[in-house]
Amino acid sequence: MEGRVTYENDDLNLKATELRLGLPGTDETDDHEQAISTARNNKRPSPDTTDDCVNKSRSDEAAPVAKAQIVGWPPIRSYRKNTLQPKKTEAEAPGIYVKVSMDGAPYLRKIDLKVYKGYPELLKALENMFKFTIGQYSEREGYKGSEYAPTYEDKDGDWMLVGDVPWDMFMTSCKRLRIMKGSEARGLGCGV
Amino acid sequence: MNYFPDEVIEHVFGFITSHKERNAVSLVCKSWYKIERMSRQRVFIGNCYAISPEGVIARFPELKSLTLKGKPHFADFNLVPHDWGGILYPWIEAFAKSRVGLEELRLKRMVVSDESLELLSKSFVNFKALVLVSCEGFSTDGLAAVAANCRFLRELDLQENEVEDHRGHWISRFPESCTSLVSLNLACLKGEINLSALERLVARSPNLKSLRLSRAVPLDALQKILMRAPQLVDLGTGSFVHDPASDAYNKLKATILKCKSIKSLSGFLEVAPRCLSAIHPICHNLTSLNLSYAPGIHGNDLIKLIQHCRKLERLWILDCIGDKGLGIVASTCKELQELRVFPSDPYGVGNAAVTEEGLVAISAGCPKLHSLLYFCQQMTNAALITVAKNCSNFTRFRLCILDPIRPDPVTMQPLDEGFGAIVQSCKRLRRLSLSGLLTDRVFLYIGMYAEQLEMLSIAFAGDSDKGMLYVLNGCKKLRKLEIRDSPFGDTALLMDVGKYETMRSLWMSSCEVTLGGCKTLAKNRPMLNVEIINEDDQIDFSSDDRQKVGKMYLYRTLVGPRKDAPEFVWTL
Repeated sequence: MEGRVTYENDDLNLKATELRLGLPGTDETDDHEQAISTARNNKRPSPDTTDDCVNKSRSDEAAPVAKAQIVGWPPIRSYRKNTLQPKKTEAEAPGIYVKVSMDGAPYLRKIDLKVYKGYPELLKALENMFKFTIGQYSEREGYKGSEYAPTYEDKDGDWMLVGDVPWDMFMTSCKRLRIMKGSEARGLGCGV
Repeated sequence: MNYFPDEVIEHVFGFITSHKERNAVSLVCKSWYKIERMSRQRVFIGNCYAISPEGVIARFPELKSLTLKGKPHFADFNLVPHDWGGILYPWIEAFAKSRVGLEELRLKRMVVSDESLELLSKSFVNFKALVLVSCEGFSTDGLAAVAANCRFLRELDLQENEVEDHRGHWISRFPESCTSLVSLNLACLKGEINLSALERLVARSPNLKSLRLSRAVPLDALQKILMRAPQLVDLGTGSFVHDPASDAYNKLKATILKCKSIKSLSGFLEVAPRCLSAIHPICHNLTSLNLSYAPGIHGNDLIKLIQHCRKLERLWILDCIGDKGLGIVASTCKELQELRVFPSDPYGVGNAAVTEEGLVAISAGCPKLHSLLYFCQQMTNAALITVAKNCSNFTRFRLCILDPIRPDPVTMQPLDEGFGAIVQSCKRLRRLSLSGLLTDRVFLYIGMYAEQLEMLSIAFAGDSDKGMLYVLNGCKKLRKLEIRDSPFGDTALLMDVGKYETMRSLWMSSCEVTLGGCKTLAKNRPMLNVEIINEDDQIDFSSDDRQKVGKMYLYRTLVGPRKDAPEFVWTL
């Protein structure tokens, strides 16, 4: 077994920069020693190294050591880590699927509301799906310029015009979509 | 010499409740030892392997409340293998066989099986309180046994445990006759909960003061529960998501107004920020607020909330509050005593993180602050020196710079002077955790000034054995020392072997201590267990004593090597 070898001048300590997963000490002892010694050396800004040198060696070796290799760092309870991580999986959580019917179409479709960031995207997707055009939305007149109007059934069972409420609220209250056509559609718009 | 009859002395002892004081009292003379031991009702065992359950029962036959701690602290950070030990069952078995009338059990970092919970629930008629912190090994089946059999249960407090959730209706196992609940904390449960059973349980618990719900309890169920328990003092919400225009939400707003006693608030495990205005009306009464599990609340909403909380004494929060947000805390929460800032993104660079600025602001604005846990991107000596000047009351100071060996970014110097200022100024400091670039010098300061220090956590720090020696020689009240990835070796370890019998435990991992050094320490020391954790067979017991030891855990004990040590743990 080699004894206490110093690594003062071993700047190209490639082993230490190697990204690997493992507990400290699971490698052969000399690798471990190396990693620790090198980390030690990089930690101590000796009088004749410039700031640049310290920064460089820190960013080359200490950064990967800090972020990729260290078990148990930062010292956060695993329970807390595991609980907060689901923040990512919430994006993967089950979508909000609603049925979409179109007056005159032989069968219904289903879409995932979570996929869309807002009304423009949703309406565009519906237009593509059913091959029709939706008119221009305005609060006063609903969807003008087309014989179609997108509507939805809300939690209370009422049929509402798509677009009146904020998107988030729509997402949580929409039970199903129906694209109305013809005179019915015009009726909702309060136009003549 | 006793001039009073024993009964009088016993009566006087009844006013002495702290463990330390009772321990001191029992050392005065044989007679006081006897009186004290026969009257002690609350026993605290900081290391379950320091003594046997039979030993505890023999000395304190009248005990009613037991606190037990199992795994070493670094087990929290995955440094201790799962089946290391800390098993509860033998304790319950021993107590069940004896005539001890156990009423309260508080456990930390122990392995608790369903069998042990079931045995517990059936063995102690007057059992009242079960508190499990960071434990594992049990499922909702074990909880069902406790619910069904502990007729006078007052407290069931589950904090940050890993519980296997079998989705049985364990809550329904509380009999209709159970009306004694005072505290129920279910926040760590992950599975579905029978909401109507929970509501009925709350409805028949008029003494319920503390209720912390799990994620599976939605906002409308919360409203129904709060209607039944307007007397709550401590509330933890589950999921706080709803359409703010809905009836359910408006009902909740109205119900919350009736809960005038709430002083402590936590939860928000899932949250829609627009719903938070419902709790603004109760904020002015809050003394404790824990939003550290609510990553869904962003900086601005956090600030809006905190601006209402002028009476806050305890705040646990995520670093997405930012330095600016901490500035608002500093100007609003003048009664603040304890602050914990956790990282919301531990491995990223994080724009949302906090720096030394936030801490300085807090120290300037909150004169009563004495307990701190602060995860930050960076720290400077100047900031720490300022904090030390502003706040000399710290009893607990834990600083974690996310990059473990980061120097002062302004001067590129180690943080020795900063921490030195803290220990010099805070004469009542009992607990300290260090991070950042540190040399032996910081330990010189700690040894010199930290006279009351009881627990010290060191990571990636120091240059030589001198560092550890400064601490061992200087800190007379040191009880727990835990060190990882620091260049301390056999010389430091072996300098004063008697010291370790004055301490509860020493943990050293990825340091320079060798197998030979540990063997030497263990020799002729029956009062110490020196354990080597040998994962992946990295150490061959028969081979070279010069081999470095990956993980060593030593602790004082009255009962010698433990019999439940797994294969990979060697007691030397």
